[in-house]
Amino acid sequence: MAREIGDIILDLKSVSLSFGGVKALTDISFDVREHEVRAIIGPNGAGKSSMLNVINGVYRPQEGEIVLRGEHFAKMNPYKAACAGIARTFQNIALFKGMSVLDNIMTGRNLKMKANILQQAFRLGAAEREELEHRAKVEEIIDFLEIQHIRKTPVGRLPYGLQKRVDLGRALAMEPQILLLDEPMAGMNVEEKQDMSRFILDVNDQLGTTIVLIEHDMGVVMDISDRVVVLDYGKKIGDGTPDEVRANPEVISAYLGASH
Amino acid sequence: MAFFLETLIGGLMAGMLYSLVALGFVLIFKASGVFNFAQGAMVLFAALAMARFSEWIPGWLGVANPVIANILAFIIAAAIMFAVAWLIERLVLRHLVNQEGATLLMATLGIAYFMEGLGQTIFGSDIYKIDVGMPKDPVMMLESVFEGGLLINKEDFYAALIAAALVAALALFFQKTGTGRALRAVADDHQAAQSIGIPLNRIWVIVWCVAGAVALVAGIIWGSKLGVQFSLATVALRALPVVILGGLTSVPGAIVGGLIIGVGEKLSEVYLGPLVGGGIEIWFAYMLALVFLLFRPQGLFGEKIIDRV
Repeated sequence: MAREIGDIILDLKSVSLSFGGVKALTDISFDVREHEVRAIIGPNGAGKSSMLNVINGVYRPQEGEIVLRGEHFAKMNPYKAACAGIARTFQNIALFKGMSVLDNIMTGRNLKMKANILQQAFRLGAAEREELEHRAKVEEIIDFLEIQHIRKTPVGRLPYGLQKRVDLGRALAMEPQILLLDEPMAGMNVEEKQDMSRFILDVNDQLGTTIVLIEHDMGVVMDISDRVVVLDYGKKIGDGTPDEVRANPEVISAYLGASH
Repeated sequence: MAFFLETLIGGLMAGMLYSLVALGFVLIFKASGVFNFAQGAMVLFAALAMARFSEWIPGWLGVANPVIANILAFIIAAAIMFAVAWLIERLVLRHLVNQEGATLLMATLGIAYFMEGLGQTIFGSDIYKIDVGMPKDPVMMLESVFEGGLLINKEDFYAALIAAALVAALALFFQKTGTGRALRAVADDHQAAQSIGIPLNRIWVIVWCVAGAVALVAGIIWGSKLGVQFSLATVALRALPVVILGGLTSVPGAIVGGLIIGVGEKLSEVYLGPLVGGGIEIWFAYMLALVFLLFRPQGLFGEKIIDRV
């Protein structure tokens, strides 16, 4: 299925964020188009994670706004973001460690569960049926990510690379329109990175999910992204296709070429 | 032999009640990382509501039947506990999301004093009784097996049964339902839970409601045994060692810990007590908890916390 880049789905307008006197982001604007893979890159401390946390509503910017599918959000919060179809993964994996892989991914279905607490408590028909439906969906995701063999393992016992995959699975279980990936390949070996790139591209391609990702590994970013935003010291210094960004002298001095 | 078994069974039954109170601690700690110091105050508050309403209702409505009065009082007390849970979330916890554990602990300490005061202001500070028809007479069992049989306190026996049923139901709810899964998710990681659209506020209201219901049942059982008075609030403190023993994050731990403490208290009192002049029952549990803190601080079933350096 050929993927077609659509209209602007997410638009960030003049976002500024500071913690006390420290400016994390200064007047940043960029947009994300439907079905594209959009990367945010920059040196350490450039404000990449802050940017993602603003989109996801963990941080509230002092200025600027987020326009999601034409709807303006001055105040986003993680719950609202989740309801609006934004899922995310975490740089330092934030899985539910005591729970199995299956249960972790099932939690991603939470918003889609309609049965009320009493129906669940007494295992009434509606709740039971619903549980089975969601379970089927979760099994699909498990197949997709090739983690059938660890379905019942508590995630705390899994190696790092697999935990990252479960983290992705939980986000996918939400069937998000926009998926935010915070350094999905950090700390992985080459083989794991290749697997993860393949999963990201497959999600984008097969499910049509719009992807916004932060990544350190320049090679990977340039390979899988449609457009790239470059941040440095909380300011936007470049924006465009990978080739344009590579050719941008400011980007080269800030990130690619110059030593830092 | 029969005497030993009697002591053992008495211990198990008392232990089941400790488990019930301990469960209140564990539920809230799991879901919100808050060590709820107000659990004891909630037991007192619930028991006061139950005692007073069952006393008032016959006068108000003219129903003489104590069963109906008790049922109505139970419903009202439950509704009050749910309202309390909702108010605590709304007025206190909601504003303290993502704060340090110590901050939250202090907040619950404040809630505890507030509720103790408010409860006695509204409901009075005398000793009241709850009579839900628990049989008071002891019964002989297994007379054919042991000479003289086993003397079992019926009231304790029913109380233990009720507590066990409630504990089992809650454990199932946590393990088997979507809401239970969401509760466990919140217990593990607030931020991640929020990011997948689990509404933190609603989950907190649910756990506080459950803890309120547990407090109500514990309050009724203890209240009908000991009378409803201020000292009920300290019953919860006796569940503290249970929680340390079982692990703060473990529902099975609360149950097993409660049983161990209950049995340990009774056996030590009977068999070690005479050697040191008695009174062991009062401090035995705390001693055991201290030993555990030294050698196995995460408790029997708690999660061992390993921080990456």
